[in-house]
Amino acid sequence: MAVRNNRLSAEEYERQFSDIHPPFETHDAALVEANRCLYCYDAPCTKSCPTSINVPKFIKQITTENLKGAAHTILTANIMGGGCSKVCPVEKLCEGACVYNLMEEEPIHIARLQRYATERAIAEKWPLFTRKPSTGKRVAVVGAGPSGLSCAHVLAAEGIDVTVYEKESKGGGLMTYGIAAYKVTPEFCEAEVNFITSIGGIDIQYNKELGKDITIDQLLSAYDAVYLAFGVGLTRQLAIPGEELHGVTDAISFIYDIRNSGYPSVPVGDKVAVIGMGMTAIDAATQARRLGASEVTLVYRRTQQEMPCTEAELDIAKLDGCKIIWLAAPKEIKGENGQVTALVCEVMKLEDPGYGRPAPVPTGETFSLYVDMVIKATGQMPYERMVNCYALDNTQGKLSINNSHTSKPGVFAGGDCVNGGKEVVDAVQAGKDGAKAILQYLFKD
Amino acid sequence: MADISADFLGIKSPNPFWLASAPPTDKKVNVLRAFEAGWGGVVWKTLGSQIKNVSSRYSSVDYHGSRMMGFNNIELISDRPLDLNLKEIRECVRLFPDRAMIVSLMADNNRESWHELIKQVEDTGAHGLELNFGCPHGMTERGMGAAVGQDPEIARMVVEWVMEAATIPVITKLTPNVHSVVPTGRAAVQAGSDALSLINTIQSVTGVNLDTFVPNPNVGGQSTFGGYCGPAVKPIALKMLTTISQDPVTSRVPVSGIGGITTWKDAVEFMLLGATTLQVCTAAMKYGFRIIEDMCEGLNNWMDEKGFKTINDFIGKSVPTLTHWEELDINYHIVANINQEKCIHCGLCYISCEDGSHQAINLSYGNPYNTYAIKEDECVGCNLCKLVCPVDNCITMVEQRKGPEYLNWKEFQRRGLPLNDH
Repeated sequence: MAVRNNRLSAEEYERQFSDIHPPFETHDAALVEANRCLYCYDAPCTKSCPTSINVPKFIKQITTENLKGAAHTILTANIMGGGCSKVCPVEKLCEGACVYNLMEEEPIHIARLQRYATERAIAEKWPLFTRKPSTGKRVAVVGAGPSGLSCAHVLAAEGIDVTVYEKESKGGGLMTYGIAAYKVTPEFCEAEVNFITSIGGIDIQYNKELGKDITIDQLLSAYDAVYLAFGVGLTRQLAIPGEELHGVTDAISFIYDIRNSGYPSVPVGDKVAVIGMGMTAIDAATQARRLGASEVTLVYRRTQQEMPCTEAELDIAKLDGCKIIWLAAPKEIKGENGQVTALVCEVMKLEDPGYGRPAPVPTGETFSLYVDMVIKATGQMPYERMVNCYALDNTQGKLSINNSHTSKPGVFAGGDCVNGGKEVVDAVQAGKDGAKAILQYLFKD
Repeated sequence: MADISADFLGIKSPNPFWLASAPPTDKKVNVLRAFEAGWGGVVWKTLGSQIKNVSSRYSSVDYHGSRMMGFNNIELISDRPLDLNLKEIRECVRLFPDRAMIVSLMADNNRESWHELIKQVEDTGAHGLELNFGCPHGMTERGMGAAVGQDPEIARMVVEWVMEAATIPVITKLTPNVHSVVPTGRAAVQAGSDALSLINTIQSVTGVNLDTFVPNPNVGGQSTFGGYCGPAVKPIALKMLTTISQDPVTSRVPVSGIGGITTWKDAVEFMLLGATTLQVCTAAMKYGFRIIEDMCEGLNNWMDEKGFKTINDFIGKSVPTLTHWEELDINYHIVANINQEKCIHCGLCYISCEDGSHQAINLSYGNPYNTYAIKEDECVGCNLCKLVCPVDNCITMVEQRKGPEYLNWKEFQRRGLPLNDH
């Protein structure tokens, strides 16, 4: 029992991390599905998409073999529509709203069709968008994640010269660094970023971190407006004994390593406990299994009713052989010689606090999970200290905005740094909203 | 169990389903397979002076993911030697004596050719003859096929030649490439034809290839008008059949119905409008002879359900209900009703009514599901919403008469009743 890397052969890694939702192999296959679409009016799928992709229209365009039109319909509404087709929790968004659900009939595979329509556009860099002549206005965007890139794309199309400052060496943000590798590959993420910037007028400065290499005031003096899209940061601490032991890691850095360093080099325990039940917890648990852990247990202090992940995600974890323990809260991590040996959990029960969702309350009973690795996926914390430093109005670190405008004139924001962490598709919409507000601000006269 | 056998001018078949004159009936190997599968009869592919065919020959219209909603061909009559055809017909009749064997004919345009061909065919033991006055492509350029069927006087003359020689029942097959099939139908009956069959194929261009710019089917960079058939032509065939069933002259003879018949339900519709037997081609070309099984079983079960003992109990039953527009009851009024329990909120009824009909559906916004309700005062009872609704019986049309008595347009005008004010 130990935390170590190189548990599998190259072929095994390849198989474990292959595409979980394979694309349509042929146009005929896509057509069978596309032709099932009823072409609803004021469609529930579109209304359930945070970026309001005109789903019936793009599916109709697939059936008429107007693939270019389909890609344009999707990417106009959501410039990361390619990535979203792979990572969106569609069962609670478009596909969850498909009217076929009300007929007890399988919903249209919207995500798969969206992937079909966008994948070639991105791979072959179809020139679907044209940039207007430069207006001479300059905008700085902080963060090359979904929110920042979406904002940059809209601005660039309108003739703004955009510079994006990104602390990592690649763009895409959590799409590139924070999502299970079997959903979206690093190569795709890179191609998607290149597709977005291919419109022109977007310069991404990598390895430039806000607060370290640049400041908001510097940006404000050099640009006509600033859009903040730096996301959220550190994983919330458990604040329990043993958290400093070797073998304790957080899900974001675990997934970051998988995305950044290649599968064989990422250390994983033989028996792993994952704390939390959100999408990131699932991504960490399933990938721990796929890296070769023999036993992975997800620990969550509430029940399946309250879990933040979708049923589809839970199913992936179960199919990967992950165990789930409901109503269990971490109490202490035990170790020997500085190395994790067990996670002690307290059995919880739910009580109705009279408002909001049921609250987990300790029963006093405990149990131990004998594990050599503990992955914390208890949510990320906003950059509270940094935003306070810049004197930006915020709520517990989450930036306060009014029509995308922060409390500082000329500084706008959107995405996870405002909402505390939602889906990629929400961040893309925030970027569109931000760009619209910036354009109004720049051309108010 | 109902009796689904047919007796067409004394030509008996265990069921009313025949294969139409076409590639599935052009040789012994096909026809024997068809009989083994259970087909009641065949109309052997048209015999005449031997011709040569081209390649390619067929093209189709696909619709919403379904192949061959409509189908066309530029194939001519049989391109095999006459003697070989006759020998194989004789063998098929001998092997399956209980099945109907009709032979389609298109002789050169003179009395002797017709007489000679009829004599040779009758020698095979075939039970009937079908005169191909309908083929719309190729043969017309040589003054045959539709060129005969389009001119009642030429048709009359040829039928007279045929009747001079024929000793077995003669069916004249009508072309739809005319403003009305009745004149030629009448001419054929008056000249002695024992029966009629319709429709033959409709002249057509199924489409143009957007890469080569050549219409379909492509024969070395060119194309030609083909004969259209398949499910797409059924409504046209049913209309033409009805005009034959309603005409005092043509309704005297039995009719074999043709045109897009794919299922037992299509067949029953043709029978309700006057057909005694049915001829099938496109469906068999698409799916093979095995479709006969459900055609027989479906027809049988439907007849049992309705209490019909033989097919004669319902042939032509719907003909009297098709009338002139001015006979329709203006006081009959229906309005749509949406069953909210069944509604899946797709909005198709709303947008079709709003953009395509009478703006009689109300939309109440919801996220993500809107609610739709009929504005009864605005609803004209057109059926459009019911037709587009993907849920069976979600939208029903409810009768709300405008007045108790039958009132047609002629009477409406005579009384000087008011027209719509908006």
